[in-house]
Amino acid sequence: MIGPILEARELVKRFGELEAVKGVSFTIERGESFGFLGPNGAGKTSTMRMISAVSRPSSGSLTILGLDPSTHGPEIRGRIGVVPQEDTLELELSVRQNLEMFGRYFDLPHAILRERASELLEFAQLSERANDKVDDLSGGMKRRLTIARALINRPELLILDEPTTGLDPQARHLLWERLYRLKREGVTQIITTHYMDEAEQLCDRLVVMDHGSIVAEGPPRELIARHSTREVVELRFGTDSHEELHDRLAPFAQRIEVLPDRILLYVDEGDDTLREIHEVGIVPMSALVRRSSLEDVFLRLTGRTLVD
Amino acid sequence: MLARTLPRFGSRRSLHIFERNFMVYRSQWLMLVSGFFEPLFYLLSIGIGLNHLVGNLHFDGRVVSYATFVAPGMLATSAMNGAVIDSIFNTFFRLKISHAYDAVLSTPLDVIDVALGEVWWALARATAYAASFIVCMVALGDSGSVWVVLCWPAAILTSLTFSCVGLAACTYIRSWQDFDLVALAQLPLFLFSATFFPISLYPAWLGAIVSFSPLYQSAALLRGVALGQFEWIMIMRVAYLLALALVALALATRRFRRILVP
Repeated sequence: MIGPILEARELVKRFGELEAVKGVSFTIERGESFGFLGPNGAGKTSTMRMISAVSRPSSGSLTILGLDPSTHGPEIRGRIGVVPQEDTLELELSVRQNLEMFGRYFDLPHAILRERASELLEFAQLSERANDKVDDLSGGMKRRLTIARALINRPELLILDEPTTGLDPQARHLLWERLYRLKREGVTQIITTHYMDEAEQLCDRLVVMDHGSIVAEGPPRELIARHSTREVVELRFGTDSHEELHDRLAPFAQRIEVLPDRILLYVDEGDDTLREIHEVGIVPMSALVRRSSLEDVFLRLTGRTLVD
Repeated sequence: MLARTLPRFGSRRSLHIFERNFMVYRSQWLMLVSGFFEPLFYLLSIGIGLNHLVGNLHFDGRVVSYATFVAPGMLATSAMNGAVIDSIFNTFFRLKISHAYDAVLSTPLDVIDVALGEVWWALARATAYAASFIVCMVALGDSGSVWVVLCWPAAILTSLTFSCVGLAACTYIRSWQDFDLVALAQLPLFLFSATFFPISLYPAWLGAIVSFSPLYQSAALLRGVALGQFEWIMIMRVAYLLALALVALALATRRFRRILVP
């Protein structure tokens, strides 16, 4: 198929008075890993549900796999895989039964499903738990099973809503490795996440959403270059006189941010800046020079205030 | 034309919901088997027990034993309870606790397929249980006539109506505490629907109210059929139960849609 795998134009989702998604547009190419970042309530999940051909947009146009979800919903859903934010496994069924039953919803024959379930159990490292009830699995295992389940129909497009929230580092890294493998096999991925390192690791391109709108779009490194400086100097003084320090430090940085416990200087060459500060007699209690991260971009764009 | 309108009323994918339920209940076979003992409990306790006290009674100008009179009413009650428990409890669990339907809706199935699939399942269970109930009735000598076989489709219709009503009702349930309300609705329905005594015992005004009870309509239908007393009003009873089923199913689907794909 020629053309993008997904195209959204001015998508809006309203729930009564509340406008959860306020006209977002984006295009996702085949084979791409595309990320949605944003604080809670930014409209990510509502967007995910629309592009999974589950909930209908209130207005705007949407094309998935070249098809219109309002008329070809079942056909589209038959070709995509969805990993929801919360595990929705069948607690009354075994691990293997969960995979096989889910495959039946796609009209796949039993013989093929037995084979695919075995493959996917291997892929999710759950072969040994195949006959256990889902209720007895750990959080990480349930998550892996949910991802394996989403692959039962060999989807061309995989939509993952916060795939690693609540997992320990080992489980996260195992999942990332699995997602790389799928990417190499050519599966297009759409991922929402709260973890900036995850977005940097997994996404070729991403958008940052805030209050229902897209506020930035691009590859992770490009977003950092565009919205932040190359490096960040973090200074701690152990005093409360940050306001006064702000005025003295501001000339040394492109942007300065004063937090309750530390001062951040956004600069291109952190070590140079640190030397210049020392030369004018400002001596912090501790100083750290680090590269700018996606987290800096995220906080800059969406603010530091808690959303909910 | 038919092919184009059909998807609106669900697709044959709804059978996968039936398949899913079958897979779950296969591992809970004890619960399935227990359903077959229910008719025996009803018929032995109320039928045989009260039959000794009441003996024969005059009903519609005929003398019938109390056991024969009450058995169709018990069948109607059993069909109602089975359908309500299955559709309210199990569907509530999948709708709001395990969120199993959310996962199903990310596959080619639509909301209407989910609702219809649950109805197919309820009907399949009802078919098996009603058959065993009628076999028990015949074995205990409580069948009024050979027409008792027609109780089978009539009992299935009863289950259809109550499972659709239960499906709609379960969408309004917020937490497990609300199940007390279900019991609160079910008990008077059972006690006042003239299932174990003739409606003619009520004063006319109360009888008129009771005639709106779907359980009364079902019991009256089953009783008439079992005794082989066919009247035109039976068509009204069937129409009433069918209409209620369709309205409830339409409401259930609407509510499912609002909850699952807002």
